[in-house]
Amino acid sequence: MIEIRGLICGYGSQFSLRNINLKVERGEILGIIGPNGSGKTTLLRAMSRVLKPKTGMILFEEKDIWQMGFKELSTKMAVVSQSIDVGDIAVEEFVLLGRTPYFSSFQFLETKMDLDIAEKAMRLTGIFALKDRPMTKMSGGERQLAVIARALAQEPKVLLLDEPTTHLDIAHQVVVLDIIKRLNRKLGITIIVVLHDLNLASEYCERIVLINDGRVYKIGKPEEVLTYQTIEEVYNTVVVVERNPVSSKPYVLVVSEEERQRKKREEK
Amino acid sequence: MREKLIGWIVCVLVLGCLLLGVSIFSLSVGSVGIGVKNIISLIFEGEGTTEYNILFNIRLPRILLGFAIGGALAIAGVIAQGVFRNPLVEPYTLGISGGAALGVCLNIVLRLNRRLGLVSLPMCGFLGAVSVIALVYTLSRRKGTLKIQGLLLTGVMISFICSSLVMLIMSIARTEDLHGIIFWIMGSLEEPNWLLIKLTVFISVLGLFIAYLFCIDLNALSLGEEEAIHLGINVERTKLTLFLLTSLLTGCSVSVAGVIGFVGLTIPHLVRMVVGKDYRIVLIASFLTGGAFLILCDTLARIVIAPLELPVGVITGILGGSLFVYALAKGRYVLGER
Repeated sequence: MIEIRGLICGYGSQFSLRNINLKVERGEILGIIGPNGSGKTTLLRAMSRVLKPKTGMILFEEKDIWQMGFKELSTKMAVVSQSIDVGDIAVEEFVLLGRTPYFSSFQFLETKMDLDIAEKAMRLTGIFALKDRPMTKMSGGERQLAVIARALAQEPKVLLLDEPTTHLDIAHQVVVLDIIKRLNRKLGITIIVVLHDLNLASEYCERIVLINDGRVYKIGKPEEVLTYQTIEEVYNTVVVVERNPVSSKPYVLVVSEEERQRKKREEK
Repeated sequence: MREKLIGWIVCVLVLGCLLLGVSIFSLSVGSVGIGVKNIISLIFEGEGTTEYNILFNIRLPRILLGFAIGGALAIAGVIAQGVFRNPLVEPYTLGISGGAALGVCLNIVLRLNRRLGLVSLPMCGFLGAVSVIALVYTLSRRKGTLKIQGLLLTGVMISFICSSLVMLIMSIARTEDLHGIIFWIMGSLEEPNWLLIKLTVFISVLGLFIAYLFCIDLNALSLGEEEAIHLGINVERTKLTLFLLTSLLTGCSVSVAGVIGFVGLTIPHLVRMVVGKDYRIVLIASFLTGGAFLILCDTLARIVIAPLELPVGVITGILGGSLFVYALAKGRYVLGER
């Protein structure tokens, strides 16, 4: 579906991505993890054509994204960014903005179809009842769902999400990720999601890419990537990896310094 | 959708009536009062009379010019605030008025208007505006993208430099030139040249049409440049076109009527408070409101100390400024606070 070849890219003379090669399969949920500043967000920005690569290319269905028209890419790929300034508009109008790439040159009003698609997107994310509420009056979780609904209104084949669960409590984290999973299962949308929380990545992603220092450090199933050796190497942190008793996915537990020292003393 | 559309149409009709009402009011009052009924009969049979002359050669041109320039400044403000995503931007913040004022000052001091005729005044103003636009634009372009925040700062600085230069010129200017400079800086809709008036109306309405082609892009841009890219907007092209359009509209207004402040800042905010943030209605509504507002201000400027006349820029400053302060005090809205 998406293929990244020899991607080098960054801001100014600093390269935050140094040689990324990656293939995203159709219909999968791919998680991107890595320490702060490792280049996760940069990778997402390069994939959504906000940042131009220095060298290398990004192919979407065998086509270089920089050769595509502006509207062409945004009818196939939608992005849920980390924090956006939504302004003071109603939820429905905000979601309708997702129809922007489908407007023809001299069209100024949404068609019936646009409205139907926006409604469907709001129903899928469970915010249809809030459609007349101003975005500024929504809670963090509801706002995130509205942003996802707007992305859905673009009718994308691929959905890119940049840390969709930050600043959310545990219940909303699960709600958001469950909806994303449902979109993947029901509509066949390919999902690429940057996650900070290793356990959420483990629980929801079929494959995980671990980025470190602008390179792909490891890629594979959660149980292949999330081993305690790998995590200790990349994050420089002592962790314990267990299995989730229900899903049997790997589960990463941290250990505090005090406990580590106590353990050491006991071993002596 | 249908309800929204009906709301918009009603809004445009109401504002259209307001504009018409203000225009008729402006036609009928002044140092010579002419009743509304008389106006109608004068149109058909009054040719040659003094009153006909006052109506169609003195008041009507000012009304047309007020409509064109008020509208142009208002949409220039809407676009500038939209592209810069900053509620305090107005067309003059970009330094365009400073450049135009400098051009006109040089013209008056160097006595070019005596040799080349009065038309050379707006010409010089426009040249000054264009030079500033070119300067601001080149200074803020980095690697093919327009750095919006940098552009804003450059504009403000150039604006300061220009006004200092104008002060410099004024301090060494001859007394008889001084009056012309001051009157021009304070703004006036008095313009004897019909061709120039028609040209201004044409540019202003054309500007509205071009801006309207970008209303969907402006809506997307309200989420930020990156989001607009995600929504398939060619952001660089849109920014460039809209920047040039704002500059053209402001440059034309300033060179014909001098510096008329606060229309481009206040009108968009008041309009958004009433009609919401959708640029599809904000653009049209601002154009109509701006036109009506400037005609009203100009009428006040004519009648407050009649038969003498106040500079219209003073009235827009006082009225527009107070309205803006009122809006600030009333709402969480203006600075985007919640």
